[in-house]
Amino acid sequence: MADTRSTNAILQVQGLRVVYRSPGAGQPEKVAVNGLNLEVFPGEVFGFLGPNGAGKTTTMNVLLGFVNATAGAASLFGVDVRRPIARQRIGYLPEQTYYYKFLTAEEILRFYGRIFGIPKSELEQRIDAVLKLVELDSVRRRPLKSYSKGMQQRVGLAQALINNPDLLILDEPTSGLDPLGRMKVRTLIQRLKQEGKTVFFSSHELGEVETVCDRVAILNQGEVKVTGRVDDLVREHQCNLEQIFLKIVGGSSSN
Amino acid sequence: MADAPLDRRDACPTTLTHKEPRMNTVLALSGVVILELCRRKDFYVLFVLTTLITLVFGAVNFFGDSSIFRYVKEICLLLIWLSMLVIAITTAARQIPAERESRTLFPLLAKPVSRAQVVLGKFLGCWLACGAALVVFYVFLTVLSATREPHFALSGLLQSMWLHWLFLAIVIAMSLLGSLVFAAPSSNSTICFVVVGGLWLLARHLNKVALQLAEPINSILYFIYFTIPHLDIFDVRDVLVHGWPAPSLGMCALATLYAAIYTAFFLVAACWVFRRKALN
Repeated sequence: MADTRSTNAILQVQGLRVVYRSPGAGQPEKVAVNGLNLEVFPGEVFGFLGPNGAGKTTTMNVLLGFVNATAGAASLFGVDVRRPIARQRIGYLPEQTYYYKFLTAEEILRFYGRIFGIPKSELEQRIDAVLKLVELDSVRRRPLKSYSKGMQQRVGLAQALINNPDLLILDEPTSGLDPLGRMKVRTLIQRLKQEGKTVFFSSHELGEVETVCDRVAILNQGEVKVTGRVDDLVREHQCNLEQIFLKIVGGSSSN
Repeated sequence: MADAPLDRRDACPTTLTHKEPRMNTVLALSGVVILELCRRKDFYVLFVLTTLITLVFGAVNFFGDSSIFRYVKEICLLLIWLSMLVIAITTAARQIPAERESRTLFPLLAKPVSRAQVVLGKFLGCWLACGAALVVFYVFLTVLSATREPHFALSGLLQSMWLHWLFLAIVIAMSLLGSLVFAAPSSNSTICFVVVGGLWLLARHLNKVALQLAEPINSILYFIYFTIPHLDIFDVRDVLVHGWPAPSLGMCALATLYAAIYTAFFLVAACWVFRRKALN
């Protein structure tokens, strides 16, 4: 049974190790991730947790091809993450929105859609659908520089969904949003799950993670300390996720 | 969030079957660069300045000499070359560093885009945008010449424009490489201006300097002379100014090949440097 699940994993990380070399000679190297193993299966919402500096962003950077692993392997849909094709069926929402300010929402979605090779007629329908979904349809022709933070975050969600991805990688998707914005993002994640999408996201909002996630992994100092189904962990530790997190991370958090 | 329909996938595929849309990606990236240049003021300011300065000089007829228009044309061409150099270097030099600084590079590279495609897309966008700007400048020159000169050789102008565009291809590729080597866009722009100025104005004299020097400096200078791109061969302003016969098509083809080799070299080097860069 376990073997079958492994072959079906759409996100796999095996023995991942990332070491950052310090710029100055004689400076110690920083081990950001050490021997990390992870598997995410189709249709599940996976929470990637850990204190600041635990290695969450580094792991995501490896998965997205921004950083090369020192050792180990990572794959998306069975393809090595170093190959750009591995990112064909994913949507990525960075923690903060970074888009070309001189473009409009419609133009940026058209740009990303072309990168995914979506046919023109299909792309226009797709742009309409995602802009309606994130409630930006009425301001689609306004330059992004005139958008508020919440609106920019929604553009981020729209671009992450433009290719109708099977796997969504969300880096702290509710960071900096007001309670209403957080609720909307949470609702969207649940809806994506109902539509059969897989969501892999990092967050510091443990209550939110407990609500939406099927499984979680808790990282500390570059290593996975705990992984499993949220229900099982809560049952096993006889406390909620926040208390489990504090128990595992304890006072060893870097921040 | 609104209840707009999103496609439901009952069975999520666990493997990939799509092909990489290579050329589509490069064209999409170049489209953004062109849009950026259209929405910035750089080109418009330089075009208005060139137009105004040329028209002011053209309005004055010194000593009642009818051939004085040659000098106006020379001034106009010099302004066009300088304006295009500024547009090409500043646009190319800021592309990748600005993307890194504003972090727009991250959502971009999270798509199925290779770093080589980013470099090629940026190059193509800058080159096409410069080509469009070049056409506007040369249309102005053509209109000006047609109103002031009885005989105007269009073939010479077209060849001059083509060679100018090839010159810009090398400059843009070099600036892109520089932008990956030097951290700050401003320092890269300054270095590029100095290097391009040197290659354009001084490189042709390097062999004459080498002749007067002893070994081994003589050989080193000759090696440099034959290795560096000679940007001056693309500058045929005199042909337009003095109405000389235009270079043959064979010469133009050779110049095109020469530019293609150097442009390819700088682009390959830029792709190699970018591939080795860690982004975090």
